[in-house]
Amino acid sequence: MIAIVDYKMGNVGSIANMLRKIGEQAVVTSDASVIEKAEKLILPGVGSFNTGMVNLDELGLLPVLNRRAIEDKVPVLGICLGMQLLTRGSEEGNLPGLGWIDAETVKFKFNGEQPNLKVPHMGWNSVVIRQRDGIFEDMDGESRFYFVHSYYVRSDQESDVLSTTHYGHDFVSAVRRGNIMGTQFHPEKSHKFGTNVFKNFVKIRC
Amino acid sequence: MLRTRVIPCLLLKNEGLIKTVKFKQPRYVGDPINAVKIFNEKEVDELIFLDITATIENRRPPIDLITQIASECFMPFCYGGGIRTVEDIAELFKLGVEKVAINTQAVENPSLIKRAAELFGSQSIVVSIDVKKNLFGKNRVFTQGGRKSTNLDPIEFAVQMEQAGAGEIFLNSIDRDGTMQGYDLELIGQVSKSVRIPVIACGGAGKLDDFADAIKKAGASAVSAGSFFVFQGSHRAVLITYPPVNELERRLN
Repeated sequence: MIAIVDYKMGNVGSIANMLRKIGEQAVVTSDASVIEKAEKLILPGVGSFNTGMVNLDELGLLPVLNRRAIEDKVPVLGICLGMQLLTRGSEEGNLPGLGWIDAETVKFKFNGEQPNLKVPHMGWNSVVIRQRDGIFEDMDGESRFYFVHSYYVRSDQESDVLSTTHYGHDFVSAVRRGNIMGTQFHPEKSHKFGTNVFKNFVKIRC
Repeated sequence: MLRTRVIPCLLLKNEGLIKTVKFKQPRYVGDPINAVKIFNEKEVDELIFLDITATIENRRPPIDLITQIASECFMPFCYGGGIRTVEDIAELFKLGVEKVAINTQAVENPSLIKRAAELFGSQSIVVSIDVKKNLFGKNRVFTQGGRKSTNLDPIEFAVQMEQAGAGEIFLNSIDRDGTMQGYDLELIGQVSKSVRIPVIACGGAGKLDDFADAIKKAGASAVSAGSFFVFQGSHRAVLITYPPVNELERRLN
């Protein structure tokens, strides 16, 4: 069973709908005892980095999440803010992140050189796969995904970068270190491209 | 490359799908859930649903219908109509709605925009501005589904809404609605120049060239339409369509 971690940061409904569509059992939960028993975790999220970390802390979920991700090595998928929370920290706030990947979260800054580029980066953009990985299995050619974000993840480890996307410059749109995975895009809102990512996540064994 | 968004705008009335001309003559065009399924297959960029009578009938958003739409909608979608409080917005987001469009309350209670942007982030708060020319040819903002005139100038109002925290402006011309005669490029140009947030042009699109004009000539960030996606041919037969992605890319990017 997959647990979609509900830490009051939006869009849990969309992910539950998508998993239902592909016939996968999932539960939306803020309950540590449910997360304790889950086979896989999804960390969704729309909103600000600090609020996300504060909510995880106030719900008492940090110990169980750390144990499941680091000791039990269950597959974890962070989506959008959920991916950013995997990093050490963000320019958006002063609280440390989960620190499960060697990366930090930084803001898009275009300094007037590219005046047409608006922040947030919002809409459908191409994802260039940099490494063959289970999460992108059976996805050949160009894949389009839906993005909405003002911050992005800068990885210290080239080997963790699964895909990049271009907006002013290339940035990391999907990352993986062992059982820890993250997508900056929203697979739950990205038609067949997103459906494939969820189907692949369901199949992944770490 | 970031694609230009092309967004069908679907109007709800009595839980059916309708299409208007100049905000009048509502014509039934089908079942909303069926439309969502077709738009899924066509891999549409995004959808906007507006319940055009919720505010004037003093109703809340149709939660059951929106729940059904959300469970079938595997693309981002925006809902507008009858939203009055941050609690309404929170409930919609929990169902799987990505964005809310606020029209009447943005005029009557601008603090709702500010509060909602603080709570949910600007990217999810769309201010919908309906515009009609008055007897002297001046553009004015209308509320209550186009029934109530205000003294507000759409450019000034868009700037105020950006300052309040709106993440996007959905700009609809009542005079062009359903006419399929082309967008009001002057209006779109003026508003797009005045704000830094994306402007979604709506009202009047009848062909692909109209989309290109709104983007390339008038500076809109995204385009929306109703009739273009639900009617086919000069007799306006109901047929839900969406141009192929590569065709849109070729014309708009």
